[in-house]
Amino acid sequence: MLKELIARFRQGHRTIAFPVAEPQLPDRFRGRPSWERAKCVADCTECAKVCPTGAIQGAGPAGLDLGRCLFCEDCARVCPSGALRFTQDFHLAARSRQDLITSDGTLKEMEGLSAQLRGLLGRSLKLRQVSAGGCNACEADINVLGTVVFDLGRFGVQFVASPRHADGLLITGPVTKNMELALRKTYDAVPAPKIVIACGACAVSGGPYLGSPQVLDGAAGVVPVDLFIPGCPPHPLTILDAILRLLGPR
Amino acid sequence: MKMRNAQSVPLSEIPRLAIGEFRVEVLRAVREGERLCAFFHHGGRLWAVLACDESGLLRLVSGEVQDSYAALTPECPQAHWFEREVCEESGIRPEGHPWLRPIRSGYADFYRVEGDEVHEVAVGPVHAGVIEPGHFRFQCHGEDVLHLEIALGYQRRGAQALIQGGPDRRTVHVMETLAGDTSIGHVLAYAQAMESLSGTRVPARALAWRGVALELERLANHCGDLGALANDVGYLPTASFCGRLRGDFLNMTALLCGSRFGRGLVRPGGVRFDAEPGRIEDLLRRLEAAARDSASAVGLLWKSNSVMGRFEDTGKLSREDCLALGLVGPAARACGVERDVRHDFPHGIYSYAQVPVSTAQTGDVLGRAFVRWLEMQRSLAFAKETLEHLPTGSIAAAPAPCAPERICVSLVEGWRGEICHVALTDGAGRFARYQVVDASFHNWFGLAHAMRGQQISDFPLCNKSFNLSYCGHDL
Repeated sequence: MLKELIARFRQGHRTIAFPVAEPQLPDRFRGRPSWERAKCVADCTECAKVCPTGAIQGAGPAGLDLGRCLFCEDCARVCPSGALRFTQDFHLAARSRQDLITSDGTLKEMEGLSAQLRGLLGRSLKLRQVSAGGCNACEADINVLGTVVFDLGRFGVQFVASPRHADGLLITGPVTKNMELALRKTYDAVPAPKIVIACGACAVSGGPYLGSPQVLDGAAGVVPVDLFIPGCPPHPLTILDAILRLLGPR
Repeated sequence: MKMRNAQSVPLSEIPRLAIGEFRVEVLRAVREGERLCAFFHHGGRLWAVLACDESGLLRLVSGEVQDSYAALTPECPQAHWFEREVCEESGIRPEGHPWLRPIRSGYADFYRVEGDEVHEVAVGPVHAGVIEPGHFRFQCHGEDVLHLEIALGYQRRGAQALIQGGPDRRTVHVMETLAGDTSIGHVLAYAQAMESLSGTRVPARALAWRGVALELERLANHCGDLGALANDVGYLPTASFCGRLRGDFLNMTALLCGSRFGRGLVRPGGVRFDAEPGRIEDLLRRLEAAARDSASAVGLLWKSNSVMGRFEDTGKLSREDCLALGLVGPAARACGVERDVRHDFPHGIYSYAQVPVSTAQTGDVLGRAFVRWLEMQRSLAFAKETLEHLPTGSIAAAPAPCAPERICVSLVEGWRGEICHVALTDGAGRFARYQVVDASFHNWFGLAHAMRGQQISDFPLCNKSFNLSYCGHDL
């Protein structure tokens, strides 16, 4: 027992102060993209040409789809004028798929759950995670939320073993055809009222697998989705921030 | 045709045998100690990549095949999973295969043990934790597992089909997500193949960064696995310390390239991120702190009788079975099999810097845990040494287009074991065929085998000690 206590003492306190204090992110972290259209070179489509998922559709109000974005920086690296760049902003979630489609990367303020749902789930949210073609990067950074660093439990949020015990699903992966039935059954097994969170580019839009005949291009084609979290994978802070904003002021 | 790791040769030089000769050749090679790294059907032929660990040479043979051929599996258990895959994808039947079921598209007629007191347990595809889906079908007598059948395919995204005809702007991103926890490993195998096919020379500094990134990936995952193993036997101190430390290793990768999983770092031709002296010092400082903390966290395991009691003799695999099944990675090394791509088929930085092979002799959960800890120490030493002596110069060369009508086999020792990519180009230098074999492809059957005669309650522990990839298998 003594050796455990000594080790515990040496390991120290590791839980981050977020959301009370802003977190420290690595300086090269690629968060929400910003597209200053005024800086664009006339008729330049270099960014759209290299975008692996067609997230960049060029000029216009639907020019940049954060739901498809892999945050890979391929666009920023070919941008001749520095109009496209990635910021450190990790607040990325939206309540509707449409809200992730922007002209310049700016997202509108995300709304929380309705007052009624917040009353039911705001202080205790149990989620069942379903990986439906996820590559284990989203899954890994969801698991991280359970470690002492993020300590998800302190917010009353917990991942549970059975959909019967859950208030909602958190889905990763583009939803493979081979997982469609299992996902539907899991959704049906969650008692109402229930919420669904689509986590990561794959679950939001299909991500790198968009259009593959083996996938259904995201969760929304199978079950109704209440929260979309972009990223490939989203940083754990992005996921945590999205869930906390969904649950509303504490 | 003998070749080195990540060497490309003209397709015309690959022997084109009659199917009978091909069979004899593969069976003879495996009997004499070579391994089946990859086995697939393309262009009316079966292709086999055979690896000789002693000589560090790879051998490619192909055989003309019609609708069926005499299965290799009865004489060569390593071929078991490969032949099922070939049949599922191309319809070519290996006659006499003992268990010809698809590996990615599901089936209902599982192997059944009959008897009054025998019962069946079905688990999955959706599991209790935050993990990927797969189905496990146990045949049990009381608590004892007589047989476990693992049915995968739920994660099938059609990745290989997306790669054919490439490379294109999406290809590298598919590589990075073949198995997302092995982004560096898979994209490195891809980059090596591309560089070989295009004759691109990678600058020394880029090779060093790739080595650091690959070892950081190994460190993060091994550390996380040791914590998860502790969790599965209810020993929470190591579970929570390692959970945090795993993130520290991921954050080191993020310090270098902005992504915890190394997304965007490795590209054909080199790497996309370099580090200034201050950043390198920061990395070294973090490595030292993580080395100290993981020694304290992991050290607790070996001194705790309750942990050792659960690890020892659980999920035991013999060296003979390991060799027969062709297992790779820590699972093989835990059975005393010295098999490590970094040592046997060195490429890139590993041609210059040696990483000793870590083995254990017990073949049980303890062996698989202990090999991980040994490898962590060696990866820490390697990363430190490499960071202290980084070569100067550029970090990327401009990659040329791939040469037409060539084939390249590229191996990387990912944290789970051998990653094998085989690229064949067509007349225009596009991928006519791109075959991916993750370490998990070899090892899933090893897990099923290790469960025989075990208590079903030990399955989570055994499963974690292998920690195989579902999507890396399903692709």
